[in-house]
Amino acid sequence: MSLLLVITLQHYLVVAAALFCAGLIAVLSRRNAVAILIGIELMLNAANVNLVAFDHYNRLPGAINGQIFALFVLAIAAAEAAVALALILNVFDSRDRIDVDQIDTLKG
Amino acid sequence: MSSLAALPELSELIPDLLFFIFAGVAIVAAMAAAVAPKIVHAAFGLMATFFMVAALYAMLGADFVALAQVIVYVGGILVLLVFGVLLTARTEIKLGVERGSTKTFAVLAGGLLFLVLLLAIGGTTFPTPEKPAEPEPTTADIGRAFLDPDGMLIPFELASVLLLAALVGAAYLARRRRSDA
Repeated sequence: MSLLLVITLQHYLVVAAALFCAGLIAVLSRRNAVAILIGIELMLNAANVNLVAFDHYNRLPGAINGQIFALFVLAIAAAEAAVALALILNVFDSRDRIDVDQIDTLKG
Repeated sequence: MSSLAALPELSELIPDLLFFIFAGVAIVAAMAAAVAPKIVHAAFGLMATFFMVAALYAMLGADFVALAQVIVYVGGILVLLVFGVLLTARTEIKLGVERGSTKTFAVLAGGLLFLVLLLAIGGTTFPTPEKPAEPEPTTADIGRAFLDPDGMLIPFELASVLLLAALVGAAYLARRRRSDA
């Protein structure tokens, strides 16, 4: 029996799956909009782990598309967080609350 | 054969050990970020997760992505989130914690999804090479790909325009309107 355990692609995929599920739990269970945003960031990070892991374990010579894709996800996540927080602050300004189940003005 | 000779070199074990430390801390911190009763604690859990994920990137040979992760996520997005928490802190006191049933269903859904993903990962054979390529510095390659007209130049410029538009839009949305109403 060898103590040496080779870390494979599957190990990273399982880590990413766990991070994604943690993000899903946050998005589903939280009512505070900022906490929901935290869950979304966790899910984006999980996707990025997958991209970089596939890039590492299956790279064609001279191609780093997985890492480049991960960088694009990073940029989109930054834009998304800025806009989402601006919206949350705006809602807080006018309604004094950011719990998503209480912002129901349009509800019939 | 003596049992001592069968033991691998300690230095060969260190990367594996590091992987399990990083991965374990990342998952525990992510769960803390998902279920911590206080949002500030959740933000700190998220910070730990970001650092550990950056370490995993470094182990995967993605040095530039690891640095960008620390700079953009920890230095940018997390600070934004903490500002968001601080500026909207009153609601936490007023409205208390989440309902128990919602949390139970959420944990159930997350656990089930994790199980499905585990089965899917275990049941798929990925065409990976026996030994992945040795990690090399990737920054120069990434820079060349981003500025190559036949490569990623146009998506790169589009991402710049998107960031500009999003930040201008965010500044417009976040301005205070109440005083002049």
